[in-house]
Amino acid sequence: MADGIGARVKRKEDKRFITGAGKYTDDVRSENQAFAAFVRSPHAHATVTAIDDEAAKAMPGVIAVLNGAELTGDGIGNLICGWAITSKDGSGMNMGAWSALATDKVRYVGDAVAVVIADSAEAARDAADAVDVTYDALPAVAATAQALDAGAPQVHENAPGNLIYDWELGEEAATDAGLAAADHVTSIELTNNRLSPNPMEPRSAVATYDAAEEHYTLYTTSQNPHVARLVLSAFYQVAPEHKLRVIAPDVGGGFGSKIYIYPEEIVCLWASMKTKRSVKWTSSRSEAFLTDAHGRDHITTAQMGFDSQGKITAFKVDTIANLGAYMSLFSSAVPTYLYATLLAGQYDMPAIHCNVRAVYTNTTPVDAYRGAGRPEACYLIERIVEKAARELNMDPAELRRRNFIETFPHQTPVIMNYDCGDFHGHLEKAIAAADVAGFAARKAEAAARGKLRGLGYSTYIEACGIAPSQAVGSLGSGVGLWESAEVRVNPVGTIEVLTGSHSHGQGHETSFAQVVAERFDLPIENIQIVHGDTDKVQFGMGTYGSRSGPVGLSAIFKACDKVELKVKRIAAHLLEANEEDVYCEGGEVKIRGTNKSLGWHEIGLAAYTAHNLPDGMEPGLKEGAFYDPINFSFPAGCHIAEVEIDPETGVVEIVKFTAADDFGTLINPLIVEGQVHGGIAQGVGQALLEQAVYDENGQLLTGSYMDYSMPRADNLPSFDIAHNSVPSPSNPLGVKGCGEAGAIGSPPALMNAITDAIGTEDIAMPATPAVVWRAIQSTHTAQAAE
Amino acid sequence: MANISMTVNGVSTTRDVADHTLLVEFLRENLRLTGTHVGCDTSQCGACTIHLDGKAIKACTMLAVEADGAEITTVEGLANGALHPMQQAFNDNHGLQCGFCTPGMIMAGIDMVNRYKASGQRLDEAAIRHELEGNICRCTGYHNIVKSIADASAKM
Repeated sequence: MADGIGARVKRKEDKRFITGAGKYTDDVRSENQAFAAFVRSPHAHATVTAIDDEAAKAMPGVIAVLNGAELTGDGIGNLICGWAITSKDGSGMNMGAWSALATDKVRYVGDAVAVVIADSAEAARDAADAVDVTYDALPAVAATAQALDAGAPQVHENAPGNLIYDWELGEEAATDAGLAAADHVTSIELTNNRLSPNPMEPRSAVATYDAAEEHYTLYTTSQNPHVARLVLSAFYQVAPEHKLRVIAPDVGGGFGSKIYIYPEEIVCLWASMKTKRSVKWTSSRSEAFLTDAHGRDHITTAQMGFDSQGKITAFKVDTIANLGAYMSLFSSAVPTYLYATLLAGQYDMPAIHCNVRAVYTNTTPVDAYRGAGRPEACYLIERIVEKAARELNMDPAELRRRNFIETFPHQTPVIMNYDCGDFHGHLEKAIAAADVAGFAARKAEAAARGKLRGLGYSTYIEACGIAPSQAVGSLGSGVGLWESAEVRVNPVGTIEVLTGSHSHGQGHETSFAQVVAERFDLPIENIQIVHGDTDKVQFGMGTYGSRSGPVGLSAIFKACDKVELKVKRIAAHLLEANEEDVYCEGGEVKIRGTNKSLGWHEIGLAAYTAHNLPDGMEPGLKEGAFYDPINFSFPAGCHIAEVEIDPETGVVEIVKFTAADDFGTLINPLIVEGQVHGGIAQGVGQALLEQAVYDENGQLLTGSYMDYSMPRADNLPSFDIAHNSVPSPSNPLGVKGCGEAGAIGSPPALMNAITDAIGTEDIAMPATPAVVWRAIQSTHTAQAAE
Repeated sequence: MANISMTVNGVSTTRDVADHTLLVEFLRENLRLTGTHVGCDTSQCGACTIHLDGKAIKACTMLAVEADGAEITTVEGLANGALHPMQQAFNDNHGLQCGFCTPGMIMAGIDMVNRYKASGQRLDEAAIRHELEGNICRCTGYHNIVKSIADASAKM
């Protein structure tokens, strides 16, 4: 059908966005709106000795100044971490307390100490500046590499040596034996740079307390409003769950950073109850840099062993992961179960061992950011494999071919069981699309112009739609990772689909409707997707980890199964036919072998009038489903980057970027490709431009778009995207998540291209012109010394 | 406080505003035209791009009082019965995802097409990418934004 699965349907939701009619949280204004402004620590580490708010309280328009003692005094709970990691000695996490407003100590620049509620945003900001906080500054530690040093400043008393956990996965003895028996061992030391997520819409919250009903409404920039409601009620005791409505309306991008329930949302709800006013807070970009959870920030050393035929014998990894000043909601899972479990990559590795030490520092909390653990794993694997190929004087594509997993299902040594794939196919498709055969000639032509040209591969795999719930529970997750959906057929035959997934740019209103349209052969205009409101959708786990397709859509599909069953029973009854002869076609419900048919409006009306339904059937036509996947889905593919570098300036130009991806069944290739473009751009940002930088005192040096280099249009090429789809056997539609793959696969492809061009492996992300230029100079110096 | 008058999306408007009110605040908070967005505080992101007397400007870089007497078009004022070709092109080419930067991209796109057409220059991919330097998008990787503007340029 025209608008069904696989069609490049233009997005239904676009109209409101291109006409300026989108409704984002900051566009919400309540009657008699009050505004919040936070008083934030300018110190990375300090004791708060006094808060003098007298002057602020006397300022015009100020309604209240509230602090951490009042917050905790009202029984508001500390922020939680939702995934318990057990150290290899069996001990639990050394987790320090995180109050939404600091009570005695501040631990990073931007830590909130107090909040001003006022009649206008500017009155609130002015009064926040007038709150006089006395700090007793303490020594701070910001660098990942220094957090475990003897004598490093202690971030939390109950995390001695700043160690949160010391965790391992895999068989160390087998891995050591594999390395010892290897003919060649390649070693690498890598830093995975810290990133600021930067969705273009800053976070915002509007909290309204209804005293008569003792009911709260929270508009917020969330990727998972139901999880927000659960956590706000069950753990923070801000409001009981049945008295709290959370609405995440149009949300302007998330990339992970809007998964978490932040102090500002807690404080706005609480302050709304305290002041009996609707309280609104919208982050400035400066606040966003300071307080939106950062991503990545790993330091890793690794060794990979190879036998005489180039087959991998073992892979050993040691990582330090910086979690910042407090443990954010899913921070603990990112460098463990979302990282070490992917260290086999696309390769048949007999033994893997990974040790991860997570550390506190006096920096912004670190949590999942587009890819979350998997980019760190992919970067490590693909850099070390490429390096090994060069050391072995082997074509990097050939070394990969010799190690690809070829039969499925495949059990890796690190938990994951890959259900399907075609790794040779992805590589060959990308090689053809990138014209690798012509690269030598292009390199020679570039050299004649004085330019350095390089080509780099990345054959990535990732895991999305974390599942099944029982398994993640056994690994420490505090939540189940299923999804729910409800399909409502109205009396007039139109359909509303309520989903627990949340779209903040992913286009669910279109792609989800395509699936239902295809399923019932109905016009896509007749189908409306509803999401993002806890009063409408009963429950949902939200959107992150590329789960909306494999998990959210599967729940919709399952609910459609139930609807179809009832539709068939009603049609069979009304048309005096057998249920098995009923089918949906051309917007009608028909009986095979006859010319009998009913419109969906007739089925709907029959269901809701209930005048003539099969014996015992309940009226109405509405079915819900909860879907818990049997496995992750495993998107995979091959990225090839070709770069040209000016050795005089170190400027890297991406001359060609090719991706051949496997996302299983494609619902809407237009939307899928858009996700890949955006993912690659964020990967380019990580590889070439972006880094959140702290000085030795814990001051964030990259706190605005003047200092933090976001990818701009002229930093990027157009991308060549190809598909090599292998439908997933682990969900009914055969889909695999596509939201993160671009950001996972692209950084190593780019860095492998750069190292190929300049002839040294000793270069870190972001490969800015200065970094590249210095690396080129160091190779010249090294060559001169030889 | 100052009393200012301007034409916004074809409608004459007179309001009292505080002297330090930014034009973008005036549009969003006083006129409730919330299609114009604020994505940063350093005039880098371009989400607040509007047209003032026919030229694209960032509405966060200007005080409302400075726009006294001006003619302003925001994203809400583009569609005149039918969508503007630039709006249509963004839909046709999947030039938006979360939609937050989109109003600024559309306003910047129209302005660049108008300028290039007026000067007879060719608005090719490299020129579009260069011209978009003042507008940040985090979702699309710009790939389809560039396509959208090129598409609209052929139709405007």
